[in-house]
Amino acid sequence: MSPSDRRRTYAELTEGTAADIAGQLAERRQRLERRLAGVRHTLAVLSGKGGVGKSLIAANLAACLADQGASVGVLDADLNGPSMPRLLGVERSSLRVEGDGIAPAVGAAAVKVMSMDLWLEGPDSPVRWRGTESGSFLWRGTLEANALREFLSDTAWGDLDYLILDLPPGTDRIAPVHDLLPGLGGALAVTIPSELSRFVVSKSLTMVKELGIPIVGYVENMSGYLCPDCGRIGPLFSTEAAPFEGVPRLAAVPFDPRFGAEGDAGRPDVLGRPDAPAARAVRDLARAVRQFYENGS
Amino acid sequence: MKFLCVDCDAQMKSVESAAPGDGTMAITFRCPNCDRQVAMLTNPMETRMVDSLCVDLSDSAAEAQPFESVRSHLETRHPDPSGPDPVWSDEAEKRLGRVPGFVRGTVRKLYMEWARERGLSEITLTVMDEARAQLGIEEM
Ligand SMILES: Nc1ncnc2c1ncn2[C@@H]1O[C@H](COP(=O)(O)OP(=O)(O)OP(=O)(O)O)[C@@H](O)[C@H]1O
Ligand SMILES: [Mg+2]
Ligand SMILES: [Zn+2]
Repeated sequence: MSPSDRRRTYAELTEGTAADIAGQLAERRQRLERRLAGVRHTLAVLSGKGGVGKSLIAANLAACLADQGASVGVLDADLNGPSMPRLLGVERSSLRVEGDGIAPAVGAAAVKVMSMDLWLEGPDSPVRWRGTESGSFLWRGTLEANALREFLSDTAWGDLDYLILDLPPGTDRIAPVHDLLPGLGGALAVTIPSELSRFVVSKSLTMVKELGIPIVGYVENMSGYLCPDCGRIGPLFSTEAAPFEGVPRLAAVPFDPRFGAEGDAGRPDVLGRPDAPAARAVRDLARAVRQFYENGS
Repeated sequence: MKFLCVDCDAQMKSVESAAPGDGTMAITFRCPNCDRQVAMLTNPMETRMVDSLCVDLSDSAAEAQPFESVRSHLETRHPDPSGPDPVWSDEAEKRLGRVPGFVRGTVRKLYMEWARERGLSEITLTVMDEARAQLGIEEM
């Protein structure tokens, strides 16, 4: 039999490539697994819809859990619109190496934060990948997937009770997270009482279900307007929020200008004004989240 | 990616890679048996596709540093967190940017080591030229 009659296949060439790409990929996976071995619970905060308060709620939830004694990390999965360092009052400082990773920044209530924002030159710098100016789409997705993987595996998270991932808007954004973290512990949806939000968020929830990710429940944000003068809560939207079938509503957070302003200034209001209705709602949420993970319900 | 010398039924080994600086890339493979050589040439599009996978295709692929792909692909970023590394001048960084990403990491390390060994705090075009001549990394 001459060689050309039966050529050896790729798998039969056992010497491996010089660069051993498969080895590199396996090494990455192991690195990720080693890192996450110290993380007890993972939670993705998502909505599908933009601007409904995912990040504000994620920051307050993280601060609340940490304040109650848990060790908490936040991974800002919004690579192009990072907001977590700001919402958790992280000071801009240089990144440093810690062991085999990069130390996360530390924000309010000692919450650990990793965000693209920490890698940028200044507060106004946009995220720009080298070589993606023209026809960027093809490799941009891959670069982002790689960055997300590194955020998970190359951050020196240490031992965490909760790692909270703040997702960017977009109903499909949970998929790459699920690829990296097939064991993702739960998803928390944030919605507002508008038909449009409901419509988009239910798409995200369908996606979450299809991927087999446990759904912790949903938060109804801006569920009413808190009047700063009289303290009464009135309706903010003309529609009543219809529930998502089979998905528990964990908390209803009113629209409260101070809750928003304080949060945006890096002082999670759940700690600053613990008696305000929004803070109480965040504590309801934290309780429900703890129950979900501790009791498996 | 592997290359098989069909006549010898032997797996070819990569012997050199070159980047002329226009986004294209050439990797030469040689059959250990009959010495026949082939070159794999990639156009800028193909180069980038391999590049975006962020795997190091060079022979001396060292274990990846933490945040390697963020560090090597992000346009604006904080200073390198690994400490007192020599800094790159703008022109030097630009020239390095012309090296295809899948060998850039290794090439960067080569220059860094070379500069560190000589106690240089900055990598300039002159330093690159000098290192290039000594290290024999033409076109990179
Ligand atoms: N309950 C609330 N009361 C007051 N302000 C709020 C409330 N919820 C959100 N906001 C404000 O609305 C703005 C958008 O919120 P946030 O950035 O958290 O939304 P998001 O869903 O994360 O947005 P994106 O989809 O862009 O990531 C912020 O300025 C935030 O402070
Ligand atoms: Mg957000
Ligand atoms: Zn041969």
